[in-house]
Amino acid sequence: MTINSHSFPAVEFKSSSFSVPVLSLASNDLVLIEQLLNEKIKLAPEFFKNSPVVIDLHEVNKKQFVLDFKDAVMVVRKAGLFVIGIRSGNEFQQSQAIELGIPVNTAPTSEIKEIKIDSKNKQIKAPDDSEFIASDSTTVMITKPIRSGQRIYSHGDLIVLAQVGAGAEILAEGNIHVYGSLRGRALAGVQGNTEARIFCSDLQAELISIAGNYKISDDIQGAISNTPIQIYLQKNTLIIKPIVY
Amino acid sequence: MARIIVVTSGKGGVGKTTTSAAISMGLAKKGHKTVVIDFDVGLRNLDLIMGCERRVVYDIINVINGEASLNQALIRDKNCNLLSILPASQTRNKDALTQEGVGKILEELSKDFKYIVCDSPAGIEQGAHLAMYFADDAFIVTNPEVSSVRDSDRILGLLSSKSRRAERNEEPIKEFLLLSRYSPERVKSGEMLSLDDVQEILSLHLLGVIPESKSVLTASNSGTPVILDEKSDAGQAYSDIVARYLGENRPHRFIDDKTGFFRKLFGGK
Ligand SMILES: Nc1ncnc2c1ncn2[C@@H]1O[C@H](COP(=O)(O)OP(=O)(O)OP(=O)(O)O)[C@@H](O)[C@H]1O
Ligand SMILES: [Mg+2]
Repeated sequence: MTINSHSFPAVEFKSSSFSVPVLSLASNDLVLIEQLLNEKIKLAPEFFKNSPVVIDLHEVNKKQFVLDFKDAVMVVRKAGLFVIGIRSGNEFQQSQAIELGIPVNTAPTSEIKEIKIDSKNKQIKAPDDSEFIASDSTTVMITKPIRSGQRIYSHGDLIVLAQVGAGAEILAEGNIHVYGSLRGRALAGVQGNTEARIFCSDLQAELISIAGNYKISDDIQGAISNTPIQIYLQKNTLIIKPIVY
Repeated sequence: MARIIVVTSGKGGVGKTTTSAAISMGLAKKGHKTVVIDFDVGLRNLDLIMGCERRVVYDIINVINGEASLNQALIRDKNCNLLSILPASQTRNKDALTQEGVGKILEELSKDFKYIVCDSPAGIEQGAHLAMYFADDAFIVTNPEVSSVRDSDRILGLLSSKSRRAERNEEPIKEFLLLSRYSPERVKSGEMLSLDDVQEILSLHLLGVIPESKSVLTASNSGTPVILDEKSDAGQAYSDIVARYLGENRPHRFIDDKTGFFRKLFGGK
């Protein structure tokens, strides 16, 4: 086979953008990083398996911790991730990256999912009483009942496999799924995403809202409890509809 | 190592102190060295129900302030020498109860006792917080009415976030439901929530149902925990609860709803 034996170009540069997770390191304690990273991966092993990742050294360098980039890469590779870039590295770290064949300063900063690793941001814990922000993963999954007075926030979707008690509040920038009874307040698309939806199997909510358009329980009354329903926005009106199969 | 049990509810007057007295006596009667602590500073009444109010010399605040040793403050129960009571103070400022102080006391008691029962005050303020903070197990006392159930739900939220176990990311506190002052007749007439209704909201492991019973008042007037009144329904309910907590398998009683909930939950499959 020779070059040009085909009628189409064998090599072509195309511009295309990918969404790549960024691993932001805020510590130079590699043992800690390895441990936290493994904990994090355990939460979503499929998602992280062989995933490409860009290492961001902004935090650790800001704190003026000395971090050997080669060692960091070894730890991250050991965790099963492919390092495909370095961001905010210092001169030495960038030269180390080049030596390892890792491109420097890749990937546009916008559409990037951040995975923050530092000692405070350990893992997805039991929801805090006042506020719980999972700043590090798009989907938050809660498996225990959300009790009155608790507040859960997700930067992406929120999945609740238990009930949401009266007086509890759940908020998501994306969709909300509740597989137990929803008795508290549920607010989807809280940053303005009008495409966000709420799905639940038993609607008894005090308030539901999508992108700021809300209904309180008095308006929901009469809507069907104990049936799987979805709630979405149509011309600024909340529509509550049974999910039909 | 001792097991620390908090008896809590959020709402006041639901039967926390009655329960603390009964289960601590029950555990001691079963041969476990037990201490019960009154966290209701300013409103102490555990010592009344335990019948030791005239023997109170020092209290938990004295111990925290270093004015008395733990041994000086502990009162040995007159009915059972495996049971001790650490009374609260009636006169002092509640702010004297500190996390550090309580932590030290519990640590010291842990060396000596098998079970430490903490009788929480109502509400979600400092006293209630400290009573639950160090707990391993939580007995949630709930009455079959909406406001009590709602408060229990709130307390459960706090247990899973504002406790030492939560802060240290340890295995969460084990939560148990004790549904108290239950009256099947009033459930039937619709005046009270049924066990089923309560469980739909709380979904907790049920340790037992305690019936509404005159024997509770009689017992507290005579200063003997109701569990010692073996003929009374409430006394038997508490005996069952202690036995179940210790791992015995005893069928639930005093629900008197033979067709509903139980078939659904345990039978019929
Ligand atoms: N099973 C019962 N049947 C009848 N009366 C009961 C029962 N349980 C508790 N009581 C009564 O209810 C009242 C409150 O009980 P108790 O003091 O135990 O509640 P508490 O939750 O400790 O209250 P507080 O929040 O003020 O500390 C008492 O008068 C007690 O006798
Ligand atoms: Mg009390």
